Amino acid sequence: MSNHYNFAYLDEQTKRMIRRAILKGVAVPGYQVPFASREMPMPYGWGTGGVQVTAACLTPEDRLKVIDQGADDTTNAVSIRKFFQRTAEVAVTEHTAEATVIQTRHRIPERPLTAGQILVYQVPIPEPLRFLEPRETETRRMHALEDYGLMHVKLYEDIARNGAIATSYAYPVKVEGRYVMDPSPIPKFDNPKLSGTPALQLFGAGREQRIYAIPPFTEVISLDFEDYPFEATKAPHACDLCGDGGSYLDEVITDDAGGRMFVCSDTDHCASRQAAGHRGRLSPQEDAA
Amino acid sequence: MYVAVKGGERAIDNAHAFLAEERRGDPTVPDLSIAQIRAQMALAVNRVMAEGSLYDPDLAALAIKQARGDLIEAIFLIRAYRTTLPRLGHSNPVDTGAMAAVRRISATYKDLPGGQVLGPTFDYTHRLIDFALAAEGDAPEAPRAAPLGPVPRVTGFLDREGLIEDEPASDTPPRDLTREPMELPADRALRLQALTRGDEGFILSLAYSSQRGYGRTHPFVGELRIGEVAVEMDIPELGFAIEIGEITVTECETVNQFTGSKTQPAQFTRGYGLVFGQTERKAISMSLVDRALRWAELGEENTGAPVQDQEFVLMHADNIQATGFLEHIKLPHYVDFQSELELVRALRSGLREAAE
Repeated sequence: MSNHYNFAYLDEQTKRMIRRAILKGVAVPGYQVPFASREMPMPYGWGTGGVQVTAACLTPEDRLKVIDQGADDTTNAVSIRKFFQRTAEVAVTEHTAEATVIQTRHRIPERPLTAGQILVYQVPIPEPLRFLEPRETETRRMHALEDYGLMHVKLYEDIARNGAIATSYAYPVKVEGRYVMDPSPIPKFDNPKLSGTPALQLFGAGREQRIYAIPPFTEVISLDFEDYPFEATKAPHACDLCGDGGSYLDEVITDDAGGRMFVCSDTDHCASRQAAGHRGRLSPQEDAA
Repeated sequence: MYVAVKGGERAIDNAHAFLAEERRGDPTVPDLSIAQIRAQMALAVNRVMAEGSLYDPDLAALAIKQARGDLIEAIFLIRAYRTTLPRLGHSNPVDTGAMAAVRRISATYKDLPGGQVLGPTFDYTHRLIDFALAAEGDAPEAPRAAPLGPVPRVTGFLDREGLIEDEPASDTPPRDLTREPMELPADRALRLQALTRGDEGFILSLAYSSQRGYGRTHPFVGELRIGEVAVEMDIPELGFAIEIGEITVTECETVNQFTGSKTQPAQFTRGYGLVFGQTERKAISMSLVDRALRWAELGEENTGAPVQDQEFVLMHADNIQATGFLEHIKLPHYVDFQSELELVRALRSGLREAAE
């Protein structure tokens, strides 16, 4: 396909502006840097922040992986991957290990990331305090003063009402002992992977015009209480296709009589394990030898 | 047996092909031309240009055609295209005082220099479906006067007597909403930028709410004018400004209830609206919302009305942001939902154990 756009769609000045915001974000881990988000050819709320960050990071030598809900083949992941194939003509992959840049929505890959990789998160609401205080002017002040009492009160009220912290995704974290940060709507199962990874993690919120970052080997702690410690939870099953008992699972309803199966949400992880001979409860029967 | 949902790519391609076919509709019905849309759906074209922040009637007409008449979708197409255009410079402020007006009315004076000119308005039409239009659309030629030349402003008459607040001229370049992140509180120039490209329905409802008592504005339409203005740009190599084109705009200036005190003589206050094209509902709404947002500088009480809340108004006026975020909930969320499922199951079983 002929390409009438600049490399990775955005013009060089815009990419420079985004890179400056990224550098500031890396310098102040967890701080939300305002940036002049552009109107992209996909809707706000569909990954425009992540797309702009990816566009600013990509080089022609990169190999891009795009996932949504952990899967490479979900429609929006397909659409974003296609966008960069068309506008940047970069190589793409479905394998976590081979990718240099991974754009994700709602998951962190199961396979540990390595030095040199960049994980770009799509972020709908970057402000962890937003649902406690709707005003941006007010929440920016709270971050500046490290005034996070409201968040702890919220978690405490959860426990008082439900006997547990009733947040299961977009679970708030504290970055390097300073900023409270929204890790984007990843399940809290993924939270421990945010901390101490050798990869660079970048977060882009297009509609809300914010970029933030977790540099490699940064300490990221999920908020909790001593007597109610954070727990990374998942469905108490093993994958029915690859047998993995430790990966995050999607529940798939298989009939209208309560039948269900559990499969890895990370499609590359599951496929790699199956290729290596791992089998689950519902794996197709092998031909009898 | 579960089969992984592969083939997203083919499904997308097929959906796009289906959409293209539906857009065209019945092939025995003649295809709409851009010229037809531009000429006969002119007010839709105007809205797309205004909220798309790009003055190009042909492109707006094409966007309407491509969007199957969904104006927000057409505005989105224009916005996305606009992002890719190089920024060559900026024009000088347009002089709406020198407008060649096809319509100019004032609600505050019975007659005034330049006169009341109705122009092409729906205002006094009876809203009766014209069944004759279904058969043929030709209209008899209307008697027409030449556009008004420069006519004095109503606010100018009031200004001369000191009856309306002074609006001092400023040469400070306004900040650009499309090139810088919005920072709050926003100054008036930035607020007006956000309002002029904001969703017509949203701005209208906010303005209406202020008329009904949620942040009272007490507006009179001092003047509403629609017509062509020249756009001029300074060319550094030439050392002077040249006209690069003409655009049609709608300008509304409202005269609002006064401020004043024992020491400060009473004065009327201003609300301002300026929008691309003939878009008067939007321009009037904009001037009411502009005025309501100025409560603090005019020493009025904050009654907690939505229209007085700058952050509420500015952060929610853009229909492209709003529609994108609203519609994104159609995207898969099953990972988050799964974590909620597990949580609700855990909470329920915890309660059951406690009860036993």
